[in-house]
Amino acid sequence: MENSISKEKICQPENLVYSKTPLMTCNPLSYCPGCGHGTAHRMIMEVIEELNMQAETIGVAPVGCSVLAYDFLDIDMQQAAHGRAPAVATGIKRLMPNKLVFTYQGDGDLAAIGTGETLHACNRGENICIFFVNNGIYGMTGGQMAPTTLPNMKTSTSPFGRDAASTGQPLKITELVAMLPGTSYVTRQSVHTPANVRKTKKAIEKAFQCQLEKKGLAFVEIVSNCNSGWKMTPLDSNKWMEENMFPFFPLGDIKVPK
Amino acid sequence: MAKVKGEIVINTERCKGCQLCVPVCQQHTIAMSKNLNSKGYQYATVVNDDCNGCTNCALICPDGVISVYRIKLQETN
Ligand SMILES: Cc1ncc(C[n+]2csc(CCOP(=O)(O)OP(=O)(O)O)c2C)c(N)n1
Ligand code: SF4
Ligand code: SF4
Ligand code: SF4
Repeated sequence: MENSISKEKICQPENLVYSKTPLMTCNPLSYCPGCGHGTAHRMIMEVIEELNMQAETIGVAPVGCSVLAYDFLDIDMQQAAHGRAPAVATGIKRLMPNKLVFTYQGDGDLAAIGTGETLHACNRGENICIFFVNNGIYGMTGGQMAPTTLPNMKTSTSPFGRDAASTGQPLKITELVAMLPGTSYVTRQSVHTPANVRKTKKAIEKAFQCQLEKKGLAFVEIVSNCNSGWKMTPLDSNKWMEENMFPFFPLGDIKVPK
Repeated sequence: MAKVKGEIVINTERCKGCQLCVPVCQQHTIAMSKNLNSKGYQYATVVNDDCNGCTNCALICPDGVISVYRIKLQETN
């Protein structure tokens, strides 16, 4: 009889179908409840686990909420100054071409102070991966306007909404890097539904594969919530993201590897 | 036809009460507890026996606190 199978009998190691990868450390994540950074971290580490490259991978952490990524990702990590992760990753990869090298950066880090490093690393076709978490705001410092903030979106430094007439339109840096010959694979994904989490994992796999095949820089944007900065519950922020972020930052591949 | 039966284990002490796991469960297996964990978060808890082990909740959990188990059941009739 079905009902006679106890929870204890089912919860045996041989029946385990999903649990947090051991490549994530046991440290509690410093992120706000419901923040997409945790899921993005975990998908990257699942792929590295499946590639069996834990000892061969070097990540570069940004400045932003994920500044502490090295506490959570159980691989070799290097901290970069604000926005400089692609330059640091360039140096690491050129010195150690057999290592799997990636940066993990927010939109304030990658598309504001680090725009130059981002564009030039992409243009040079450095053989690295960039994982770019775009939440349209500076999360860590208290929700200031970022280059990716949507028009009319309220932030702590645009309390009446972003005025596009004086601050410009949000920067679609992912579309920009797709135009550069050095990028091999450019895609925009999200981690706000289980289906999207699965797609993001596939994109991360593809990005690392491009690096292993020396195809050039692979760039994966993950549109995510900053529910604290947006001042919404996590569930509301994901809904807001679907309704407001995705029309401007549409999901899907922008450039596929040859 | 073989049916499946799942079970989840939630590390309630590490749950941050974000509630993202609740609507992704089509079996309505998860709800928020009335109690708080030691960090003061209202944690997620299992409320029925209908889990099919789809892993949706575990995938969406930012803090990776859900483990999923699944077995195949032999149809008896
Ligand atoms: C040189 C320098 N300038 C400014 C700062 C302040 N600062 C810290 S994090 C940050 C922006 C982070 O935003 P983002 O990259 O979007 O990451 P999030 O926190 O949203 O994940 C800024 C401006 C700094 N630490 N160093
Ligand atoms: S401030 Fe925003 S980006 Fe930072 S951890 Fe909180 S929700 Fe995430
Ligand atoms: S594994 Fe699937 S069915 Fe089971 S609780 Fe999680 S979401 Fe619900
Ligand atoms: S998704 Fe994870 S952290 Fe959020 S309520 Fe569910 S179990 Fe807790």
